[in-house]
Amino acid sequence: MMRLDIQLTKRIGMAVGLGLFGLSIACQTQKTVDPTPDPDPPTGGGTVYQTTPVTLRQPANFPKPVYALSQNPLTVEGIALGKTLFYDPQLSRDSTISCGFCHQQFAGFAHSDHPLSHGIDSKTGTRNVPGLQNLAWDQEFFWDGGVTNLDVLPMSPIQNPVEMDLLFSTALSRVQKIPKYKSLFKTAFGSDTITSARFLKALSQFMLTLVSADSRYDKYVRNEVGGELTPDELAGLNLFQQKCSGCHATDLFTDKSYRNNGLPMGPIKDQGRYTITLNEADRLKFKVPSLRNVDRTLPYMHDGRFIRLEDVVEHYRTGVTDSPTLDPLLKKEAKPGIAITDTEKRQLVAFLKTLSDDTFISNRAFAPN
Amino acid sequence: MIRTTTFSWLICSCLALAFAACDTPDTAFSDQSGKLRLVFDNVVGTSDLKLTNNNYQNASGESFTITKFNYYVSNIRLRKSDGTDYVVPQDSSYFLVEESRPASQTVTLNNLPVGNYTGISFMIGVDSLRSLADISKRTGVLDPGIATHDPMYWDWNSGYIFVKLEGISKAVPDTQNNQFFYHIGGFGGGYNGKKTINNLRTVTLPFRSDVISVGSASTPTVQLTTDVLKLFDGSTKLSIARYPSVMFETYSTSIADNYAQMIRYERMQAN
Repeated sequence: MMRLDIQLTKRIGMAVGLGLFGLSIACQTQKTVDPTPDPDPPTGGGTVYQTTPVTLRQPANFPKPVYALSQNPLTVEGIALGKTLFYDPQLSRDSTISCGFCHQQFAGFAHSDHPLSHGIDSKTGTRNVPGLQNLAWDQEFFWDGGVTNLDVLPMSPIQNPVEMDLLFSTALSRVQKIPKYKSLFKTAFGSDTITSARFLKALSQFMLTLVSADSRYDKYVRNEVGGELTPDELAGLNLFQQKCSGCHATDLFTDKSYRNNGLPMGPIKDQGRYTITLNEADRLKFKVPSLRNVDRTLPYMHDGRFIRLEDVVEHYRTGVTDSPTLDPLLKKEAKPGIAITDTEKRQLVAFLKTLSDDTFISNRAFAPN
Repeated sequence: MIRTTTFSWLICSCLALAFAACDTPDTAFSDQSGKLRLVFDNVVGTSDLKLTNNNYQNASGESFTITKFNYYVSNIRLRKSDGTDYVVPQDSSYFLVEESRPASQTVTLNNLPVGNYTGISFMIGVDSLRSLADISKRTGVLDPGIATHDPMYWDWNSGYIFVKLEGISKAVPDTQNNQFFYHIGGFGGGYNGKKTINNLRTVTLPFRSDVISVGSASTPTVQLTTDVLKLFDGSTKLSIARYPSVMFETYSTSIADNYAQMIRYERMQAN
């Protein structure tokens, strides 16, 4: 009884809140429909709209997520809609490229065939496709951090002339005309009105579920079954903590900062973070990527120049090039870079391979229907 | 007790906000509220702006035609004759003026308190808060997914393009199809304490000696003139030959300083 009362109060509160919100946004400069789910739509026809809430998993060894889940509560129906959109090639100009075309599950939702992203008409971009995982823990996206909210991210690949090359408004109007989406939006949001916000939030919902936290390393730190590391892997972990975790910090394996890791400048002359901040101090800096599933997300670096993990470690050992914005952590020794012996290199690579999460790579829930 | 009071106050203010946000006339308030029309007339110096066909000349002596001219106007405030400001509710205060869409050049402000007004101020651009707001709060002209207006959004560097000016000039080499582009945005986002470029500009226009009387029965019109030449010939002389394309870069702030001066108060019409 008590519980029911609380639920009732909560429901009333929600309805009032949503009503007020609806009122305020219903009155904007151009009339559009409330993009948020309506908990109590008219029940004409004898149907009641109901969604099934989903709780985002919080792995014990992760920090708190930063995505505003309260603005986009996960539901089974929203996630299913998001997945359908994620794998729909009709979001590209010639209906050949879906989000999942470049973000392949077996490669940790990166694209292992190509150093630089490969999109519509076989055009290539200027950067390596980043893997998609643990996005609720990210505030800034892309190698340069130019996109500051997961919800607005999909507009970028959809509109990019070398990726999917479709105006976002055209993509939205296509989805509005595809019959199956009417019922999918209705199930997820309570009405079949397809708005930018609903479209983008559904995609976010699916992407947010791509949580990878079950690698052998995770099981090791959480003392779970299957978390045994070999002596070499343990030695690698120890070395990693000494030599790499300054940037690849926490169990997300990134401190989310932008750094120049001493790669000699490639022919594209990508200025990285500078493009977004126009701050000289940000030239040649790129976002520190997570190393989760790193064994599957080859090739490596913002331009995909390295194919093997050994090449990456070798870069830090012998390849670091000095420049005004080179990261201070790579300048602590006589010569730029990190001192690593041959044995240590082998052990580091062995450790990095423990970050592969096979349950993530093979989870049917993430695959196309 | 304090909590209850705070809570009821919150509810009240929420309600007040919700009602204030409505730009549709409410009959219950009809004897206390009125409307005002703002008309943005785009010109190039002494000539009316005509897209594509007409040739114009800037102070750098460059001849050009204009193919596109759009700008956001937001965060409108009206100066009352008693010296205080009436702030148009945020949710009803974003407009996109497009030369190619005549209807967009007339903006109607609803639910204004009846009274006398002596000036107006507004922002050219979209403020940082709204630029970063939840996507569900960016509807109408701020919705990047609606084709009824020109796309004015940078998907690679989250934020709106505040002012778009495009055209053709022989000052630009044939190899670039003689096209020039000015896409100016940047709301001064912060990265590790360091701010990015801020091209938001606030325009304040007193109605000179005019007093505009908003009543329940009359809808006065404020005629504003936007002069494209000011975008070229302000404190910075923008040369098309030297800068055929300016987007997200440091020089864009000079163009923003110029467009801060491009709108002037022309006259009023009582009804």
